[in-house]
Amino acid sequence: MSRKPYRRPVSTSRWWLAQPRYIRYMAREVSCVFIGAYTGVVVVGLLRLSEGAAAWGAFLEALQAPASVAFHLLALAFALYHTTTWFNVTPRAMPVQLGEARLPGGVIIGAHYAGWALVSALILFLAGG
Amino acid sequence: MNVTTTDVVIVGAGGAGLRAAIAIAEAHPDLGVALLSKVYPMRSHTVAAEGGAAGVTKDNDSFDNHFNDTVTGGDWLCDQDAVDLFVREAPRELTRMEHWGCPWSRESNGRVAVRPFGGMKVERTWYAADKTGFHMLHTLFQTSLKYPSIKRFDEFYSTDLLVVDGRCRGVAAIDMRSGQLHLFRAKAVIIATGGAGRIFPFTTNGAIKTGDGMAMAYRAGVALKDMEFVQYHPTGLPGTGILITEGCRGEGGILVNKDGYRYLQDYGLGPPDPWPRKKAMELGPRDRLSQAFWHESRKGRTIDTPHGDVVHLDLRHLGEKLIDERLPMVRDLAISYVGVDPVHAPIPVRPVVHYTMGGIDTDIDAKTSLEGLFAAGECACVSINGANRLGSNSLTELLVFGARAGLGAARLAAGEGSHASETAIRATAAVARDRVGRLFRSTGGGESVVGLRREMNATMEAGAGIYRTDESLRRSCAVMNDIRRRYASIELVDKSNVYNTDLIQTLELGAMIDVAGAIIVSALERRESRGSHQRLDHEQRDDQTYLKHSLAHYVDGDDPRIDYRDVVITRSQPGERVYGGKAT
Amino acid sequence: MSERQVDLEILRYNPETDEVPAWRTYRVPCQEDWVVLDAINYVKDELDRTLSYRWSCHMAVCGSCGVMINGEPMLSCKAFLRDLPDRIRVEPLANFPIERDLIVVMDDFMAKLDSVKPYLVPREEKPIEDGEHLQTPAQLNKFKQYTLCINCTLCYAACPQYAHNESFVGPAALALAHRYNLDSRDVGRAAREDVVASNAGIWECSFVGACSDVCPHDVDPAGAIQQIKIASTMDYFKDLLMPGRGR
Repeated sequence: MSRKPYRRPVSTSRWWLAQPRYIRYMAREVSCVFIGAYTGVVVVGLLRLSEGAAAWGAFLEALQAPASVAFHLLALAFALYHTTTWFNVTPRAMPVQLGEARLPGGVIIGAHYAGWALVSALILFLAGG
Repeated sequence: MNVTTTDVVIVGAGGAGLRAAIAIAEAHPDLGVALLSKVYPMRSHTVAAEGGAAGVTKDNDSFDNHFNDTVTGGDWLCDQDAVDLFVREAPRELTRMEHWGCPWSRESNGRVAVRPFGGMKVERTWYAADKTGFHMLHTLFQTSLKYPSIKRFDEFYSTDLLVVDGRCRGVAAIDMRSGQLHLFRAKAVIIATGGAGRIFPFTTNGAIKTGDGMAMAYRAGVALKDMEFVQYHPTGLPGTGILITEGCRGEGGILVNKDGYRYLQDYGLGPPDPWPRKKAMELGPRDRLSQAFWHESRKGRTIDTPHGDVVHLDLRHLGEKLIDERLPMVRDLAISYVGVDPVHAPIPVRPVVHYTMGGIDTDIDAKTSLEGLFAAGECACVSINGANRLGSNSLTELLVFGARAGLGAARLAAGEGSHASETAIRATAAVARDRVGRLFRSTGGGESVVGLRREMNATMEAGAGIYRTDESLRRSCAVMNDIRRRYASIELVDKSNVYNTDLIQTLELGAMIDVAGAIIVSALERRESRGSHQRLDHEQRDDQTYLKHSLAHYVDGDDPRIDYRDVVITRSQPGERVYGGKAT
Repeated sequence: MSERQVDLEILRYNPETDEVPAWRTYRVPCQEDWVVLDAINYVKDELDRTLSYRWSCHMAVCGSCGVMINGEPMLSCKAFLRDLPDRIRVEPLANFPIERDLIVVMDDFMAKLDSVKPYLVPREEKPIEDGEHLQTPAQLNKFKQYTLCINCTLCYAACPQYAHNESFVGPAALALAHRYNLDSRDVGRAAREDVVASNAGIWECSFVGACSDVCPHDVDPAGAIQQIKIASTMDYFKDLLMPGRGR
């Protein structure tokens, strides 16, 4: 009868500024833009490679421009942020129970880092060789 | 005023109320159930119970053992036919809970685990870590969602029973959200509103335990039985009164005074070793343990803190692994609220009011003397708890008598029960309209809810605490009468309609004042000491005169009239309560 | 015990007299071991009888007293003044309509709980005489964490998806569904799927994780939702590759 529930407005554009954890979340999500862009760069690189030595050389030159370096550093930072935050949550998304107790989260996270290191080493080996 | 017509109204959606609702829905899916509660069901105080629920399971245990432990623990004030029924139904109800998904703690072979508990000869307390009440309540609430015939009315504060032609045919309740009075018309009513610990200043009880249902039945002419028996739980946190479960002692925790001495051995509960040992020392019954504290305090052997004097509950020897597995909530509570990690230091504790053994007079089938009215749980007194309840019997009691109340009410509603006419219902609701309406008028009386509540708390603790005397009780009786008189001139400060908690608190105070009157006068008239009712001026138990239940009858504007009814004794004659001694 | 003057700024709203909620400040003399609930009770008892709020157990198990404290969803009975500044803003839980003062409308949450069929669906009806289902401590530990939810709805107040989309089933309800899905005695996962594995269910979640951050009992509803996503995805592919398999 005299009820009048009040709905507080929520900003669709600025809600994420309200708390540090929301800002960190958005940073994590925004990383996909940089990773996507970097993927684009890699695809272009493959394309240039297929076009011959001159095209490949020009591509490598372009990569060294200051803007490009800045972009790559930023992309690396975001990629690392995405990777570490992702690894850190894996024990919660994929808990492993052995007997009565759960495998400590550190083991699962550690395994991811170990796997990453392994794959990185392999790629560097193949690239260097 | 809206009128909702249904078959059974249940007031209170805690363990007993939910169990009753489910019982009706399962046995009679065609019957409509209106489940009213002044809080959402998950908030009911069942949620705070910790230690466990008793039911015979082990091969070396027996119904006889559970029966004898309960009757002895109750100082022979328990109705033995009811206790017999209770102990036999207990394992079935607890198994039923398991079938509904209750996450009981387990043995390594997958069977339900049991832990030792105070006053029990053999371990039979089923537990879910140290949050048994929480898990039971959520299991019951979630299970209740299966049944479309159960219609919930959350945050409805019931004020009065609607009695037509001497039969209980409904309930008047305030829809707290709109402030409107809402009438429920039914063929049977079950009250399951819990106890009244908030009458006292230091209690484990949450804000909602204000005896509303007890007062409703009392005012409608149903006697309140054995009200003088109020249980002090020996181990509550100082200041907040937060409950530290008996399960700590079941797992081997000890109580020591300021000299590090296990003082319970001085009070007929020793010898201290071997430990742990059933029914001895810290696993003695609650009344004895709280009384021992009182004596230690008099002797100056307790520890002073800013929140009153305490003793120490020492769990250190149990080890971190056991504490984290079986008492995780206790650890969290101690760290958060008193800054003590029980793995490394003892917890300061003192007795606090915890449970009302007394309540609405019911028979073994949860029926009251008012046709159509049933009651179950802490608000009721069957009596299976007598003068002192054993820990872990009450969670089981919710199930056994909640089910019985449900089935009894359903049988009545499906059979010879009938509705009163809507006109009659609206007419009887005048009492409720008046009770609420008079609080909105201007009195200029200047009485405050908070002031009266504090005075009530203070006088109840002083006069009707762990130890009572004729003088202390008379003094408190006079104070309570004065408070009751002054309550009549309370004027609400908040006169709004939507979710007015000044109104609700004021109505709750009114209920507590009536229930407190029953407690005091019943205590005054029982000139003996039995269980949790201890008289310094009558220190012996007097079975000749008092092997009876006290029945307090409401008298408007005056002290209740007390009469007595014999306790049902079948096979256990009153004897001496023996605890301690050698290991059995 | 020393006293401390705290300014409690509370968002008040009386639908019968107010168009919009407004702040009121109360100065409260607080004891050092108090929680915010104690300060709120002081306001109601001593300063302003018209303040309405929910509370009961004062030990963080009933779930009644959720509010926003300096922008963070917390249980007022477990928000210790020793951890808070002298100026404390208390508002009703975010993302719910305000009924009155600190009281929010819970209807949507109750409906969401109901929608996930949060009760045991057993393999078969077992007579009581047959005793309990056997369940080892290892089997219990699989779902135990998800049984700890006290329905305080702090998680809904923290969740930006729920803030923007009221149809989201939400963290607590999904964690409760997961509790039953993981219970060795339950076979109801398929029955819950319509609601749980729907677009308004787990797939609305983008793993912000705020829900788990604010949960007072470490239920980790975010983790539960991701686990359901994985299980549900595997089910999808199993169904694709093995049509007609029984579940």
